[in-house]
Amino acid sequence: MTVAMTMTEKILARGAGRESVRPGDLVLANVDFAMGHDLTIPPAGKIMREQMGAEKIWDPDRVAVTQDHFQPAKDAASATLGRLTREFSHDMGIKWYFEVGQGGICHTVLPENGLVLPGELVVGADSHSCTYGALNNFATGIGSTDLACVFALGELWFRVPETLKFVYHNRLREWVEAKDLILYVIGQIGVDGARSKAMEHTGEALRHIDMEARLTMTNMAIEAGAKNGIMEFDDVTKQYLDGRAKRPYQPVSSDPDAEYEKVFEFDAEKVELGVAKPMSPDNYAPLSEVAGTKLDQVFIGSCTNSRITDLRRAAAVLANRKVASGVRLIITPSSHQVAIQAEKEGLIGTFLAAGAAWTTATCGACLGGHMGVLGEGEVCLSTTNRNFPGRMGHPKAQVYLSNPAVAAASAVTGVISHPSEVLEKMPAEIR
Amino acid sequence: MTLPKVVRGRAWKFGDNIDTDQIIPAKYAIYSLDEKELGKHAMEGVPARDTWASQVTQGDILVGGSNFGCGSSREIAPVAIRGAGVSLVIADSFARIFFRNAINMGYPILQSPQAAEAIEEGDELEVDLEQGVIRNMSKGDEYRAEAFPKFMNDLLRMGGLVPWVRKQLEERRRRGAAVPR
Repeated sequence: MTVAMTMTEKILARGAGRESVRPGDLVLANVDFAMGHDLTIPPAGKIMREQMGAEKIWDPDRVAVTQDHFQPAKDAASATLGRLTREFSHDMGIKWYFEVGQGGICHTVLPENGLVLPGELVVGADSHSCTYGALNNFATGIGSTDLACVFALGELWFRVPETLKFVYHNRLREWVEAKDLILYVIGQIGVDGARSKAMEHTGEALRHIDMEARLTMTNMAIEAGAKNGIMEFDDVTKQYLDGRAKRPYQPVSSDPDAEYEKVFEFDAEKVELGVAKPMSPDNYAPLSEVAGTKLDQVFIGSCTNSRITDLRRAAAVLANRKVASGVRLIITPSSHQVAIQAEKEGLIGTFLAAGAAWTTATCGACLGGHMGVLGEGEVCLSTTNRNFPGRMGHPKAQVYLSNPAVAAASAVTGVISHPSEVLEKMPAEIR
Repeated sequence: MTLPKVVRGRAWKFGDNIDTDQIIPAKYAIYSLDEKELGKHAMEGVPARDTWASQVTQGDILVGGSNFGCGSSREIAPVAIRGAGVSLVIADSFARIFFRNAINMGYPILQSPQAAEAIEEGDELEVDLEQGVIRNMSKGDEYRAEAFPKFMNDLLRMGGLVPWVRKQLEERRRRGAAVPR
């Protein structure tokens, strides 16, 4: 008799070479793809070579490395980390190394290059590696010692998580984006509401949103403490991967009688535009509650909300308008490919004409690295994922999280604003 | 480096949802390969604790609330705490990546909601890591820590993932298997 399993359990069972696994099982599983970046490769490389005594990595074709967190180097020490990352990637013959100016933020670069695929077991030495799960895989964040282990052996230990199922009925309303939905969900369950568990997202609302919006949702699984976020394979997934996927893949689905620890049901139509208030991603409030809050900086960037569809919506709001006096707007595309596309579509011209600072693709201000670090007492509206004290700079800076259209509109008015105050209607083709 | 049997130290108390950017603000990630330097800035991002690291005595014990270490995957979070001289972290619960990073480093952590609630700042603790028992010498209390699965305990006792991987590599070499696989 076969055991009914969730998608997450099936992927871990396959990786472990077992017929089935149960939540709570500890397994050693083969990894299909691994990722590291300029902050996590230097320690991982050192641990692997100097401490573990491994000379080669298990499969250089299944590893990606990005120069994104503190690159282009923000100071001399970051340049050293960049150099160590570059040298390690070269020495190991890593196939998917993305240099400054050619890659961008890991969690945009890997999906857009078709490197993380349905049914796969993916690990990344970055907490937002859970992003890839929108593409129907098991993807989770790991540490540098973990990554060194994967490099040396091609396998890693996992505790099979319990799965929480999130069902979204009906469709999101006008103006309301995937970001609003996931902020609402995290507000409901809390920053440890899914601690060490799998978040499986499903339901009608998801069928009507594109892959980039889905990636926004799985990106924030870690903000509820989850091990991974995962979605079903459908036509949207297939179309996104056609022409991108670098390997053949095998989609996976949950059995109808799979066991869930808990099932949450939401009516997507009732979700409003919202924000996370300082100082925690679960500090949800409807936009109306914080409308009028005065801003010093607006940041549109990060692996959460700075892909091409996000920039299109921001540009629609900013077209023929100006950033309000007293506010600075910083726009950081999440990858070089996104920047190229934005250039083709004329979005960059729109941003520059509006008075926005347009930067190269990097994590930048999101983690208080560079190009938009906040000072004491400053207030920022940001399309990023985390607003714990000090995340974007000074511990007394205040960060609100929102979707890109709200961010763009608020840059125009200088205070937190509904985009309909600035733009009558979001064009249907870019919603 | 294997685990000590008993750890004694003075408690430092922190709240719920202390995230990795508070444990070690991202700007110090430039010191990723320098544990001592990271240690100087441990917990600096926690409001009103910006000089904490300079007050720690070698061997002190950090006691956190729920979801300790949430946020980033950067291993510099437990590394910074160890670098500051803390011998052990006890919490109501740990965020998963902090948890696995500590185990992988062979750095002792204990999960005990009872201890996290009862212990106060400055309490003198004696912790039996083998038995999972936390004795509060200041209060005369005793708390039990939750038992970890066997594999995690084995990792902790052998000193983390590094010796485990070395062993795996040796076995593969002995079997004549190509290394890497």
